[in-house]
Amino acid sequence: MRGISKVIGRAIPFGRKNVDTDVIIPAKWLKTITREGLGQGAFETVRREADNVFDHAEYAGAPILIAGDNFGCGSSREHAAWALLDMGVTAVIAPSFSDIFSSNAFKNGILTIELPQGAIDRLMEVTATDPIDIDLDSQTVTTPFQDRFEFAIDPFRKNCLINGLDEIGMTMERDDAIAAYEAGLSADKPWQQPRS
Amino acid sequence: MQLGVHMGQCVYWPMCILDCQLRGLRYYGVMTIRPRTLYEKIWDAHVVEQRDDGTALIYIDRHLVHEVTSPQAFEGLRLAGRTVRRPDLTLAVPDHNVPTTPRVDADGRPIPIADPDSAAQLAALERNAPAFGIRYIRATDREQGIVHVVGPEQGFTLPGTTLVCGDSHTAAHGALGALAFGIGTSEVEHVLATQTLLLKRSRSMEIRVEGALAPGVTPKDLILHIIGHIGAAGGTGHVIEYRGQVFADMSIEGRLTVSNMSIEAGARAGLIAPDDKTFAYLKGRPMAPQGADWDAAVAYWRTLATDEDAVFDSSITIDAADVEPTVTWGTSPEDVVAIGGTVPDPQNFADPSKQAAAQKSLDYMGLRAGTKMTDIPVEHIFIGSCTNSRIEDLRAAADIVRGRTMADNVKSALIVPGSGLVKHQAEREGLDHIFVEAGFEWREPGCSACLGMNPDKVPAGERCASTSNRNFVGRQGPGARTHLVSPAMAAAAAVTGRLTDVREL
Repeated sequence: MRGISKVIGRAIPFGRKNVDTDVIIPAKWLKTITREGLGQGAFETVRREADNVFDHAEYAGAPILIAGDNFGCGSSREHAAWALLDMGVTAVIAPSFSDIFSSNAFKNGILTIELPQGAIDRLMEVTATDPIDIDLDSQTVTTPFQDRFEFAIDPFRKNCLINGLDEIGMTMERDDAIAAYEAGLSADKPWQQPRS
Repeated sequence: MQLGVHMGQCVYWPMCILDCQLRGLRYYGVMTIRPRTLYEKIWDAHVVEQRDDGTALIYIDRHLVHEVTSPQAFEGLRLAGRTVRRPDLTLAVPDHNVPTTPRVDADGRPIPIADPDSAAQLAALERNAPAFGIRYIRATDREQGIVHVVGPEQGFTLPGTTLVCGDSHTAAHGALGALAFGIGTSEVEHVLATQTLLLKRSRSMEIRVEGALAPGVTPKDLILHIIGHIGAAGGTGHVIEYRGQVFADMSIEGRLTVSNMSIEAGARAGLIAPDDKTFAYLKGRPMAPQGADWDAAVAYWRTLATDEDAVFDSSITIDAADVEPTVTWGTSPEDVVAIGGTVPDPQNFADPSKQAAAQKSLDYMGLRAGTKMTDIPVEHIFIGSCTNSRIEDLRAAADIVRGRTMADNVKSALIVPGSGLVKHQAEREGLDHIFVEAGFEWREPGCSACLGMNPDKVPAGERCASTSNRNFVGRQGPGARTHLVSPAMAAAAAVTGRLTDVREL
């Protein structure tokens, strides 16, 4: 996975609350065995609405998405993260995210930035005309108008995102600890082995 | 010299000294520990390594795999030249996009799936499971069904275990006292490769419901009521434990319905402490422990219940007497109302963003504020999904349908049993005849019209009374309008042709 430290550009001012992953990528797009090409189906139902922000020319290829509370709720489909990446979005700013979506986003190098609703409202105004600057290292979102919003991020996630670490590879290096745990499990709870 | 430390609640208590001798450890003593919740006990028992940054490597005891969220995970393993660490702890079952029409022809040969993309996903699972040594239930096997119905039914799901699946409704297994939650495909790959996940402990939330549910009020009504109460994000960052007399009195199948929809309140997992009902349910299941193993397992499972003085990060109390048969009116599972109520007026919501969202929902749903819920006609009925497709659900629906016929305005009514075993049991009880005589279609098991990945969809602009778990925009098909209800309420809607208070039939 590539490392990511800065995201700079226009933000799609979507703004809606409770955006579920069925809205981000409808189920018919899940019938794929690869991770590519899902941008075509991203926000398909929203894009059928007249004058939706996704089809505004000034937001074409925008790397940031702004949304309301509880972004990414519902289904665990990682296709939602893949769809965002495929449409060029590498950061989502919202007051809150569903747990599963934020984990999926993280695994794909997408920043999920939690800011209070007041900051969201301000960024929605700014992005109408200007770009937004996200700096992961300093954990700030800034605008050309001197706005500066700090965000919190788990230190482990920050390190992985900046360095683009392979989490599976890292865990596999802990094989000794896993094997020791398994030995204890077999001794303490032999009955837990599924019967064949 | 290795030391043995035993804790006041551990399985060998009070045989600690003897146990240490048997295992060649020097007995170190009994450690008293602070009271813990069920969630904390399961978490603590699965920590492989605690890290300084607050994350922990957590061991995963059980992994369910289906055809839709696994292909990219297996591909990832293949590209990196990795194997599955513990294939014996993973069970694969196709469920999401398999058609619910007959799967074998008159000669018993499998009928190919017409949709090429679905066929390719099924083929990928059929290839990947044996290639990586994973136990696989085929689409044509009698044991096939929805992963969250199959897991408990086979005894694959056990109390006190950690269980994951690339599906958010994995929360269902919490009903048996398993710490069970949905994961994304990258995590599926991580579990396949390492049998662990790197996680941060969630906050704990107690939802206590005392009293008893009134006649005609079901576990589905209760969980819809709870979601309406705490909101679709009310449980975000939390693991819920459902406590109180109502859950103690509830059947395991009812508990599975409640835990299943924890995710609709934002909680990744929803636990219920294992008790005698849980043990009676699991005993004799094909993959559950047997004989002396069974006794040892039950002894351990009995230690899991939340300690008396344990503290939750938040607590919510609900009076069972306040719960009525409940339906949804909008496009979020938090948009609920008692069946005797009316479609709400968006202007009456305090939060301006909720006002806008409610208006959008009503436009999508084709509803006007003030309409009585019981005046809303429905054209489609779906009884199925991991929320409500078990035998008790089908019995409850059959009790309403028996001796009645489907209303003229109902265009389709599907019954999709949760597994082949549920289907077989229902047929033994003659339920299929009751449904078919009333005008229902009796189908093969799978996720079906819950998410509309297979051909079972609700047409655009048409309305469905559905026992599933999500009323999202386009969930049951593009433009489909979903009202979430219990199985009895879905059956009642089928015979009257409109949303109906089941207590009036």
